[in-house]
Amino acid sequence: MTSAHSTIEHFDCLVVGGGHAGAETVIALRQAGFEGGIGLLGDEPVPPYERPALSKDYLAGKQDFERLLLRPSEFWTKHGVTLRLGRRGEAVDPEARTVTCDDHTTIGYGVLVWAAGGRPRALTCPGNDLDGVRTLRNKADCDRLIAVLPRSHHLAVIGGGYIGLEAAAVLRELGKEVTIIETLDRVLARVAAEPVSRFFEAEHRSRGVDLRLGTGVTEILGREGAVSGVRLTDDTVIRADQVIVGIGIEPAIQPLLRAGAEVASGGTGVLVDDLCRTTLADVYCVGDCAVMRSGPGVRIESRQNASEQARTAGKAISGHPQPLRLVPWFWSHQYDLRLQTIGLSLGHDQTVLRSDPGGRGFSLFYLKNGAVIALDCINATRDYVQGRKLVEAGAHIDPALLSDVRTPLKEIAAATA
Amino acid sequence: MHFTVTTRDGVAHTVEGREGTSLMQNIRNAGIEELQAICGGSISCATCHVYIDALPGGAELPPASRDEGDLLDASDYFEDNSRLSCQLIFGPQLDRVRVTIAPED
Repeated sequence: MTSAHSTIEHFDCLVVGGGHAGAETVIALRQAGFEGGIGLLGDEPVPPYERPALSKDYLAGKQDFERLLLRPSEFWTKHGVTLRLGRRGEAVDPEARTVTCDDHTTIGYGVLVWAAGGRPRALTCPGNDLDGVRTLRNKADCDRLIAVLPRSHHLAVIGGGYIGLEAAAVLRELGKEVTIIETLDRVLARVAAEPVSRFFEAEHRSRGVDLRLGTGVTEILGREGAVSGVRLTDDTVIRADQVIVGIGIEPAIQPLLRAGAEVASGGTGVLVDDLCRTTLADVYCVGDCAVMRSGPGVRIESRQNASEQARTAGKAISGHPQPLRLVPWFWSHQYDLRLQTIGLSLGHDQTVLRSDPGGRGFSLFYLKNGAVIALDCINATRDYVQGRKLVEAGAHIDPALLSDVRTPLKEIAAATA
Repeated sequence: MHFTVTTRDGVAHTVEGREGTSLMQNIRNAGIEELQAICGGSISCATCHVYIDALPGGAELPPASRDEGDLLDASDYFEDNSRLSCQLIFGPQLDRVRVTIAPED
C-alpha cells in the first residue's frame, strides 16, 4: 500500500452518476442487504430527481422541485450513502481501482457502477455559442429556460424527438410562438412508425406549432451576442429569441472505453452482460451508457431501462444475481396526449393499426416475421396494458384480429397464452 | 398523521404521512422500497399498485381516472380495492388508512 492510496477516499461501492440509474443502483444495493460503504458521485449540485418531468410538468411550472426528488435529502445519509455532488468522474483506472474526477480528486472503489448518462449533443453550425442556445437535460438547463421565458416569445426547437416535442407542447400551452425544425421528413422518426409521426405532427400543427420537416439548420443568427433567429437549409430565416436543441445525447462512455472496456460495434455504448457487468473486473455499467449483449444492440435511453438495470446491478453486487430480460417501455406526454410504447420497433417489417373511429387515440402494432415486437398506444392505455403480454411473448396473431377494436387485447392474449 | 403499510412479507409498518404528498412518495420516503413507481406518478405504469385495506370512518377516496382504472385492470393482481398509490394524496381524510403493497406483476 502506498501512502497515496491510503489517503484517498474509498468506497466499497462507488456509483458514478447521480441520475436515475445511479440513484436506483444505490437503493437496490441497500435493499438487497449490501452493507459496505457507498459513494454516489453526481455532476449536478442537487440530489437525484425525476428527470422525465423536466420537459413536462416542471417546465410548465406545475410541479415544484422538492416533489421531484427521488428520495428526500436525508434519505441518503440515513442509509449510509455519501453523496459527492457537483463532481464528474472522468477517468477510470481498473488496475488501481480508482476514478479520477473533473476536480482532479481521486476516489477508490471495490466495485464500480458506471451510471454517468450522457450530455446533450451540441449544434455544430455557426452561432451555436450564442446566448440563448440551450439544451434541456438537467434541472439547471430547465431553470435557465424558465427564467428567460417571461421575456421570450419566439422559441425554435431543433429536433423532433421526445424532448423537442414535449418542450414544444409545454411552450405552446404557455402561449409562446414555437417552431420545430427536424432534418428528417417526420417527427419521432427514430422511435415510431409513420402513422404515429403523422398523428403527432398534425396535433402540433393544430395547436399552432410551425413545424418544418426535412429541414436542417445552417446558422444561428444573433444580435449583440444573443440569439435572434435560425437560418434553415432552404435559406429561410425563422425568428427566435431562444433555441432549444434536442438532437440526442452523447453517452459518457469515454472513461470506460479508455480503461479498456469492450464496447458495442461502432463504439455506441459499453457492452454489458445480463447482470450489467462490463468486461472490466468489478465494473458494472447501467443506464444510458450500457448496451446489453442479449438485447437489440442499442443503448436504451429510458427511465425504465435505467431502473431495471440499476436493480439488476444492485442485486448482483449484493450477491443475489438475477439476470435481466428487459422488455422496454416508454411514455411521453404532449398536450392532452399520452403516448405509451412497449417493446422496440427496431427491424419491424409490418405495422397493424388498431383504431377506434370514435376515439381520439389509436394503437399501432409492430410485427417482425409475423411476431408482435412492439406496440405504440396514443390515448389508449387499455391497449397498452393489455397488449403488453403480446409483446412480451412475441405472439403471432392474425393482423385482422389485432386491428379489430371489438376484440379486447386481453382476450387475444388469453387465447394465445 | 400516519398510516399503515403492509409490505409483501406481511409485516405492517406505521408510516408518518406528509400532507399534500402522495401515498407512493410517503411510502418510498419512509424507506419501504417495494414500489418501483417508475413513471414518477404520471399514470403511465402500474408499479405503485396497493390495496386499500381499511379507510378511516367516513373517509372516501377520489374515484380512479380512466387511465388509472385501465392500468390497474390489467394487473394480474387486480382486486376491487386496488389503487395506484401515486394518485392518492395524503391528508387528514387519509389519516390512519391501511394499505397493502400488491405483488409485483
